[in-house]
Amino acid sequence: MSDRVERFRPLFYPRGVVVTGVSQHPGKFGTVTFHNLLRFGYEGEIFPINRDGIESLGHGTYRSVEEIPHGRADLVFLCTPAKVNPDLLRACAKIGVRAAFVASAGYGEAGAEGARLQNELVALADELGIVLAGPNGQGLISTSVSMCAQIVAPYPPPGSISMVSQSGNIGSSYMNYGVLTQVGYSKGISCGNSAQLAIADYLAYYAEDPDTAVSLAYLEGVEDGRGFLDVARAHTRQKPLVVLRGGVTDSGKAAASSHTGAMASNDQIFRGVCRQAGITRAENVEDAYEAAATFATQPLPRGRRTLLFTVAGGWGVLTSDACVSAGLELIPLPDDLCKAIDKLVPARWSRGNPIDLAGGETRDTIPEVLELAAAHPDVDSIIYLGIGIQAAQGQVFKSGGFYPEYGLDRIADFHYRQDERYAKAAAEVSQRHGKPVLVASDLVYTDRQYGNPGPLAVRDTGRICYPSGHRAVRALSHLVRYAEYRDKRSSGAN
Amino acid sequence: MTTTLSEFESKQLLREAGVPVPDDRLVDTADAAVKAAEAIGLPVALKLCGRHIAHKTERNLVRLGLASADRVRSQAEELLAARGPDEGDARLLVSPMVSGRREVIAGLVRDPQFGPCVMLGIGGIFAEALADVAFAVAPLEPHDADELMDSLQYRQLLGEFRGEPAVDRTALRNVLEGLAKLGVERPDIRSIDVNPLIIDRGRPVAVDALVELEETSA
Repeated sequence: MSDRVERFRPLFYPRGVVVTGVSQHPGKFGTVTFHNLLRFGYEGEIFPINRDGIESLGHGTYRSVEEIPHGRADLVFLCTPAKVNPDLLRACAKIGVRAAFVASAGYGEAGAEGARLQNELVALADELGIVLAGPNGQGLISTSVSMCAQIVAPYPPPGSISMVSQSGNIGSSYMNYGVLTQVGYSKGISCGNSAQLAIADYLAYYAEDPDTAVSLAYLEGVEDGRGFLDVARAHTRQKPLVVLRGGVTDSGKAAASSHTGAMASNDQIFRGVCRQAGITRAENVEDAYEAAATFATQPLPRGRRTLLFTVAGGWGVLTSDACVSAGLELIPLPDDLCKAIDKLVPARWSRGNPIDLAGGETRDTIPEVLELAAAHPDVDSIIYLGIGIQAAQGQVFKSGGFYPEYGLDRIADFHYRQDERYAKAAAEVSQRHGKPVLVASDLVYTDRQYGNPGPLAVRDTGRICYPSGHRAVRALSHLVRYAEYRDKRSSGAN
Repeated sequence: MTTTLSEFESKQLLREAGVPVPDDRLVDTADAAVKAAEAIGLPVALKLCGRHIAHKTERNLVRLGLASADRVRSQAEELLAARGPDEGDARLLVSPMVSGRREVIAGLVRDPQFGPCVMLGIGGIFAEALADVAFAVAPLEPHDADELMDSLQYRQLLGEFRGEPAVDRTALRNVLEGLAKLGVERPDIRSIDVNPLIIDRGRPVAVDALVELEETSA
């Protein structure tokens, strides 16, 4: 195990967690964090601290850190006032704690006095050999140990995305998407003021962490640009890194006396950094999350050659346009593939890319076409549009006054089963042939309301059902660009 | 405090870094300008050149396409007379006319977070309106210079263009890598503007350049 992995272990895989500031008041951060650790079934021991030793959530508390047996806790969650934190940190070090998450505010974000306290806290942590996250952060999660140590709610399902955010609430948004889509996280942390650990430190760790397949970051500023670039380059040689950056409209060109300087906005330079380091740069929260979730769940494409398969005409047209603008190659339908599909459906189908069966499909056609397309050597990726349309009618049958008479029960069940089969087939052919197959349908928005089994079945395969063709195209183009970056650099050619 | 090198000094520095520059001659008199022009071959360009000379175009201190000895002489006399009170050390720069319909701009800037960054952009009269520029942090690794070229929105202007050959990518790569090297090896350089870099039969030539140095307090 590398030194870095070992250093971060007490933060993300603690045997026990000390929570300070726990009380009977359910609005206090200490109580909320204690609750969330219990609520999501943290696997280690929890040591709640209350000065007076009063019960909280029906659990006994410790009056002081000194009462906790040595060697049982690795992490302390501090949400106490800044002035008492140094003593708590010292006491925790004595019982073997090696990591601290500091949620408390009143540090670097709070003027010169706060900055002084922050420097002192970091110096103390360094002296005690404690790895310190925050201060002024919302908390952290680690699904391997079922740990939700946060002063806010979202706790996503387990997965292979690991996240670090300079903004607590963007971190929550990232994780809320995980809750919604069920494509989950290994780790997530709101790094607050990044006093001891910078964003780059977390990313360097995620690059080495075997439980992380892709990193997802939100950042506003980068203190050490060179360090960040080096870490990002090393990271993308191992696994993808998705970054959303805020504050890009602030142009840092006050001292621009040259033409070059006048063009050198903060955003322009960062664009270059992302290109050079192979960072997947997202435009907004959903783009960032969907990129990360796609990296986490789909194989990397071998190239740009994309095939669209649609049961909805207009969607096929719009998604074709989106492919072209995104630089994906909408290949002409290969002849042999065309002939193979000719054998399956009546002649009115599109006989081109997008493949549109024009309603000519029978029971097994869609899974068969997906298999033929994914198996074809000229196809690198597939976007499949319109899942759930049959099931949506099934739902309308089921909820109407004629059901279950007139054969409506049989047809509704058939529609449900078919859409479920299509979702499974998309995931199966993707895995079998090692190619991305992205499923998109606006009916993802109705799945909760009406229980549409199409998008729900996509979720059951562990993948995202993209809410539009555009969003599937966008996610796929991130994969294509990253794959090209990797290929170029691993081929050894200059 | 910063100080700027003269165009001639700037181009010397760039030449050493591998950036193609024209065969310029620096002279003091109209007679010497005529001799230099004849040695270079007419037509020539004539400019006033000195550390304090900025905004040459705006001040009409650039005279292009001078095709006869008489024209060179008369323009040289005009330029020398146009020197301002603190520009007494300015001299005359005689340059061959570089022709090409395409111009790009290149440069170096120091970013407070990322350090030296190389820029490449589409130049010419629409440069500011298009604002089609891209940056890369120095030093450049393999592929960085090529991806910098390919990341321009109007990169097709670097390909074959109206009967002119495609830009010599190796030469342009050398320009970008040369600028990056200066950024890394010369911390005293605050910025470099190479504007324009004219594409002459596919080959980029730095027709004007300005290097800004950080004045180190001794």
